[in-house]
Amino acid sequence: MSPVVEIRDVAFAYGRRAALSGISLAIQPGERVAVLGPNGSGKSTLIKILSRTLEPAAGEVRVLGRPLPSFARCELSRKVAVVPQETQASFPYTAAEIVLMGRASYLPAFGLDGARDREIARDSMRLTGTLELADRYLHELSSGEKQRVILARALAQEAEILLLDEPTSFLDIRHQIEIHELLVRLNRQKGLTIVAALHDFNLASLYFPRLVLLESGRISSQGAPAEVLTAERIRAVYGARVRVLGELGERPQVLPLPKGPEQAD
Amino acid sequence: MRTLSRSKLVGINGALLLCLLVTAVAATLTGPAPLSLKESWSALATEHPYHQVLLRVRLPRVLLAIIVGAGLATSGLVLQALLRNPLACAHILGVSGGASLGGIAGLMFFPALFATRLKLGAAEISPVPLAAFAGALLSMVLIQRFALVHGRLHPYHLLLSGVIFNTFVSALIMFLNSVLDFYQAQSLLFWLMGSLSTTSYFSVALTWLYVLLGFVWKYRHGVSLNLLSLGEESALQLGVEVNRVRRHLFIACSLVVGAIVAVSGMIGFVGLMVPHVLRLLLGNDHRLLLPASFLAGGIFLGWADTLARVVLAPVELPVGVVTAFFGAPFFFFLLYHEGRKRVLYEPGR
Repeated sequence: MSPVVEIRDVAFAYGRRAALSGISLAIQPGERVAVLGPNGSGKSTLIKILSRTLEPAAGEVRVLGRPLPSFARCELSRKVAVVPQETQASFPYTAAEIVLMGRASYLPAFGLDGARDREIARDSMRLTGTLELADRYLHELSSGEKQRVILARALAQEAEILLLDEPTSFLDIRHQIEIHELLVRLNRQKGLTIVAALHDFNLASLYFPRLVLLESGRISSQGAPAEVLTAERIRAVYGARVRVLGELGERPQVLPLPKGPEQAD
Repeated sequence: MRTLSRSKLVGINGALLLCLLVTAVAATLTGPAPLSLKESWSALATEHPYHQVLLRVRLPRVLLAIIVGAGLATSGLVLQALLRNPLACAHILGVSGGASLGGIAGLMFFPALFATRLKLGAAEISPVPLAAFAGALLSMVLIQRFALVHGRLHPYHLLLSGVIFNTFVSALIMFLNSVLDFYQAQSLLFWLMGSLSTTSYFSVALTWLYVLLGFVWKYRHGVSLNLLSLGEESALQLGVEVNRVRRHLFIACSLVVGAIVAVSGMIGFVGLMVPHVLRLLLGNDHRLLLPASFLAGGIFLGWADTLARVVLAPVELPVGVVTAFFGAPFFFFLLYHEGRKRVLYEPGR
């Protein structure tokens, strides 16, 4: 099977500061990939390159076999949907209006949302448990509710690839679990390919079969959670002391080791 | 789910259109010498003494006021969404100032060229709107260039560079005012104060043409304006060709503002206030707001100019005095009333 996303030797810099260099990655259809790495290691930049929010300085990105720049924006947004780290509307919009914005690339010029667009918006709000928020203003929602509304918007795009930039960082544990289980369900039922930048090793390990660990803009290692999440590697990349529970098991969990006096062992 | 439906779009704009028609008729009939409906009907017959007043003076002026209000309001609306900033309008950003400067510079430095008129049958096309359009476009390009951060347009940088540019342009105009002789300086005042007095149906018709053209161009991007309110990156990800759309909208706004400033000078407040009143009343879907601000802008300036003509007759108030005098308290009322219930604007990022 040909990869749904293919990145070859991609580099990017903000001004003179290199953010990514020599990144190559192939993602198969229906995969779930979590991108991990310290702050500033290039996770968000990678997500933005994949969605053509930023243009790479070097290298090539292919989506569904085509070079990324060959897509018109509206065409691309029907293939690739993004849940950004943060969304702020400078004018107040209701949750329903925000979700319907996911249908924008399907509308004809001068067009209004049709019955089908509304139905799809309602379905994706139902899936993310945001239907009862429909008439509330986005900026009056809690960050967890907001993030689920944005996820509903991404689902309304009916894309084949879903990119998420730290989608659950602001969520409480129940909503973290709900969102990740929803992502797994969408992945299994609809064959949605999912790439998520995450901070949380444990969620990544629990819900993603493949992890990519970034270190200062390069891929430090990748593979199954048990291969990537080892105490040594985390110390090397993050400079943090951790203990990994079930290190060789399928879903290792990472525990921080504080330097305080209670550090018995 | 309360979102924009066809019936809401048609209903609200239909009602506004009706108000606009009523405004047009009522404003034409209102003046220092008021006419009853019956009298004005007879005034349409040529022998009536008011015939000239009605058809040569009042009607073109009302038509001009309507289209100027419509153009200023839609341009303000679009600039607010593009800049993600509720303070944006052609006036504050110096685009109107740039347009004035373009017109004044043309008249000063190429007096011979600008005295010529392109004859088109009985009608004459003046080069002034073109010079004003060029001035507006140049201002737009300049303030945009100053506001790029890592290739992205930063809304606060843009507002700041606009405000500073406006101050600079105003200073230039004042400077020109000081070096000009008395008669030229008098005509310069027209640009600065703004006035809707006109005698030529042809220039009114041309202004309608320019503004309508700009309006259709803007309306095409109604959905994109909604998406741009979420920021440049979200708009890109949702399928908006941000750079192209922004270029189109800046050109459309320059065209409209240039055409308006050329015939009526700088009339403030309409572009800032009318869109906000509508946002407070109707929400923020630009597919609804664009036609609504076109119509409401026309209604507002139609009435404002009528008041300016009538209140101290035979002395005429500058129309900007009336727009601010009635607009500001109404806006404060709405802001206070609605602001108690919800946050109205979020600082853009």
